Amino acid sequence: MNSLLFMPLLIPLMAAVAGTLAWKRPDLQKLMGVCGTAALLASGVMLLVDVRRGGVLSVQSGSWAVPFGISLVADLFSAIMVTVAGAIGLAVAVYSLSDTKPEYEQLGYHPLIQILLLGVCGSFLTGDIFNLYVWFEVMLIASFVLLALGGKRSHLEAAIKYVVLNLIASALFLAAVGILYGVAGTLNMADLARLLREAPNNGPIPVIAILFLVAFGIKAAVFPLFFWLPASYHTAPIAVTTIFSALLTKVGVYALIRIFTLIFVQELEAWQPFILAAAGFTMAAGVLGAVAQFEIRRLLSFHIVSQIGYLIMGLGLLTRMSLAGTIFFMIHVIAAKSALFLITGIVRRMAGTTELKELGGLYCRRPFVAGMFLVSALALAGIPPLSGFWAKLALVWAGIATGHYMVTAAALLVSILTLFSMTKIWSEAFWKEAPAGENRTHFPVSTLSTASLWLMAVPAALLTLTTVAMGLMPEPFYALCMEAADQLLQPTAYISAVLGVVI
Amino acid sequence: MESVFAIVVGGLYAAGIYLMVRRSIVKAIFGLALLGNGANLLIFTVGRLTAGRPPYIPAGSTEALPPVADPLPQALILTAIVIGFGVQAFALVLIKRVYQTVGSDDVDRMTTTDTLPGGGTQR
Repeated sequence: MNSLLFMPLLIPLMAAVAGTLAWKRPDLQKLMGVCGTAALLASGVMLLVDVRRGGVLSVQSGSWAVPFGISLVADLFSAIMVTVAGAIGLAVAVYSLSDTKPEYEQLGYHPLIQILLLGVCGSFLTGDIFNLYVWFEVMLIASFVLLALGGKRSHLEAAIKYVVLNLIASALFLAAVGILYGVAGTLNMADLARLLREAPNNGPIPVIAILFLVAFGIKAAVFPLFFWLPASYHTAPIAVTTIFSALLTKVGVYALIRIFTLIFVQELEAWQPFILAAAGFTMAAGVLGAVAQFEIRRLLSFHIVSQIGYLIMGLGLLTRMSLAGTIFFMIHVIAAKSALFLITGIVRRMAGTTELKELGGLYCRRPFVAGMFLVSALALAGIPPLSGFWAKLALVWAGIATGHYMVTAAALLVSILTLFSMTKIWSEAFWKEAPAGENRTHFPVSTLSTASLWLMAVPAALLTLTTVAMGLMPEPFYALCMEAADQLLQPTAYISAVLGVVI
Repeated sequence: MESVFAIVVGGLYAAGIYLMVRRSIVKAIFGLALLGNGANLLIFTVGRLTAGRPPYIPAGSTEALPPVADPLPQALILTAIVIGFGVQAFALVLIKRVYQTVGSDDVDRMTTTDTLPGGGTQR
């Protein structure tokens, strides 16, 4: 059954190739997009079930013996992330059916989404650190093109910032991989973990760890390396912003968690105060940046940064509870934030703008959309009984249990400010009277048909329902996250599954 | 030999970073290219320099006689060069389009995406 590991890579690749062959047929490309992402979700679920039942799966591509070939590995954390990537891919593919401009479709929008998913799933499944670099680049080049595809001034300006900052991160990542190979003589992550556990580290290992921390920190938008994100994400079409916010920064966080729990555990412990401080500042900087914004997409982009801080906090605390909380938080924030972005897309189609000052009265026009927004927004802020409450509870609990009161206080304070931001959007866009007079004149008449509204609303509604389900029944999700956290803290299962030896 | 390579790598990094902190995006992209080349040479150097000993296995033997050059860093560099080529080609087209649209290659003129719009809409 180990060939199951190749499926999350082959499915988006085939969907992308088929979509590229049908270059002049956007209808076929849409079909490929929906079918491909549905199959990706199914393969992710199968992988998750398999890993949960049978332990860590590993396969050597091309049957090269370890550690010489490229290993693909799926532990519970990887399998959860692949499943989430498939779910978000499907939501975005369905949403894109009705909200994609023809000029984007002509330039290969649908196949590019598949290539992005290929890079994301590859990063989640690879067990080789140089291969991780290659998957990052696959993901990045697809995201570069998606960001610049519009060709307007704002798209190009956003793309130049995004491209330059991410290429700097890639150069650092590559240098770190090269030095690590020079020191350790292997690139297989399980082999590296074994070597560094057997021999107490010395020489340049801490320097390499910091290079990785900076490289992945740029990609994950951790303070003080986050400035590119609010400057670029909000310019792209809503579907692109959704998939970027759901998956790209999370791949950076995934890589940080994987590298620092598997390989550089000692360095993580040594740098714990620094990482926790970065987490606290990330939360605060994101939420304070959002306060100044009066455009929904810019506001939500700052909140992406803020939420990354919680994930880094869980990594920094490095206990069973905090890692389980981080994984739970990851699932929660991907669902809630994607729902918010997709609803923003519906708002944009209904009212023709996302500027809060020009919006208003949407509750009267579509109470259903307003209700979805309210539930997702409260979930993001962490109001019980929604998913964000349990995610933050676990992190705060872990913070108090280990005596890190400063970062815990920051986490609680930032939650209140998040609630403030969310109520600002709610009251401005949905609740207040629609602005009268000259402001309304440049609203285009809403051309949203009921069918296309449904295509946009169903993915958002399902993501909202996910946060409600995770809030009302957190127990099965937590049990899964606890198992995943155990595997991260005790990587012997991972190492022996890859190397085929019991250590 | 390593020290010469180390100095070259250091020079490439220094030049790359210097170019990237300039305000011109053309210089920034050239800086990125130099940084990428510096990283490639770094991998080559830390992978041990072994001159004139290709990893061939002599006839009648099953493994190469050490010391031989490690082929893996070269394979890594080859991959990185190909990726870097693709990414830099994209970046060059991007800066051309940015120059056509903005009318300048000065990053200080490209602030519309991270300043608050004065009540107006995005161009």
